[in-house]
Amino acid sequence: MAEPASVAAESLAGSRARAARTVLGQVVLPGEELLLPEQEDAEGPGGAVERPLSLNARACSRVRVVCGPGLRRCGDRLLVTKCGRLRHKEPGSGSGGGVYWVDSQQKRYVPVKGDHVIGIVTAKSGDIFKVDVGGSEPASLSYLSFEGATKRNRPNVGDLIYGQFVVANKDMEPEMVCIDSCGRANGMGVIGQDGLLFKVTLGLIRKLLAPDCEIIQEVGKLYPLEIVFGMNGRIWVKAKTIQQTLILANILEACEHMTSDQRKQIFSRLAES
Amino acid sequence: MEEETHTDAKIRAENGTGSSPRGPGCSLRHFACEQNLLSRPDGSASFLQGDTSVLAGVYGPAEVKVSKEIFNKATLEVILRPKIGLPGVAEKSRERLIRNTCEAVVLGTLHPRTSITVVLQVVSDAGSLLACCLNAACMALVDAGVPMRALFCGVACALDSDGTLVLDPTSKQEKLQQCLAAAQAASQHVFRFYRESLQRRYSKS
Repeated sequence: MAEPASVAAESLAGSRARAARTVLGQVVLPGEELLLPEQEDAEGPGGAVERPLSLNARACSRVRVVCGPGLRRCGDRLLVTKCGRLRHKEPGSGSGGGVYWVDSQQKRYVPVKGDHVIGIVTAKSGDIFKVDVGGSEPASLSYLSFEGATKRNRPNVGDLIYGQFVVANKDMEPEMVCIDSCGRANGMGVIGQDGLLFKVTLGLIRKLLAPDCEIIQEVGKLYPLEIVFGMNGRIWVKAKTIQQTLILANILEACEHMTSDQRKQIFSRLAES
Repeated sequence: MEEETHTDAKIRAENGTGSSPRGPGCSLRHFACEQNLLSRPDGSASFLQGDTSVLAGVYGPAEVKVSKEIFNKATLEVILRPKIGLPGVAEKSRERLIRNTCEAVVLGTLHPRTSITVVLQVVSDAGSLLACCLNAACMALVDAGVPMRALFCGVACALDSDGTLVLDPTSKQEKLQQCLAAAQAASQHVFRFYRESLQRRYSKS
């Protein structure tokens, strides 16, 4: 994050709002205002320009833009609330202006609906388990939300659970389940014995789960392994021996700060030994 | 696991002079900042201004005790620890000032019933301590990814005995200021007023 200090010292009232398109891929700071493409013409170089009111409905083409993490709507502009790189994704099917979001580096997880996470069962209370997912409060998991749930096969306190959130907003306690909408487990449920659970930053998880990430394929060629990624920054790894498991955990933690060349060097060195 | 951002910034006014010794200009001391240096907190930053250095750690949004939770926004706590000794009244007043600044800037309504804690540790004090604490707190909040509606910073400023303005004073300059002498002179007025009003009260009885 190397930005000049003068940017941070600049008063935000005085800085001009920049067009979102020109800032794509650059680092943005909290408090910056971004203009959407349709407003760039209106806000000319002189600031607020008077536009004649047009009665022709077609002249005013309003594009629907989705405001992703790190951005908030402020009037008709976007206000940046987190520090990071601005990204944009074109809409898949025609209509809409796509999604804008800020790629920020964080350690603390905030529950989001639909995210798959690894949780640790901390308590049983009434009909539900309390699961620690690393957020501000423990999530609740019902006894019945497992495939083939019976009185006998239930997780115990201290087990690791891989599930997804069905309710996760700022006003309510988060709720998670281990079945999908069809009632099937689909890989979710209690995570088996042994293995190692460790924590990394959220940005690394997103990087590892990106479709074009080669790190996991390279790791797979190294040793046979089982691996589970939770969007809350937790990774569970299991290999044949404890030493291999620890090596894999160290590699994944170090991946964040290594370039791809350094990584390839380390993999080749490990493959030889 | 460290990201270093060393910013060599010497901001000068029109007739500012060099860095040290500082003449009658407006120039800040050399400052540097390092982020993500502590492994436990969700965000951390170390801010250096000349010889003044403050380490800040941010935890949040995390669990909050039911007695302290606010139903519609995050509870913000600031803890300032001096370099030596236990925190006293001066630390409490600085904590309150930093907390008011942070509360104005942090979007607490996005995380109701959670707590955001900022812990500041003074590593070395050579003047402009409060400004350095504010800067460290801001960088730590940004490092933790707490949503904010703006950035904030602090700049200390003192008046010299000849009436010139000095930005970012060292502790030596802070002590020699006319402010201290003027405050002492004014406090004599206040004490005299105390004595007069108490004398008036007891003279009636």
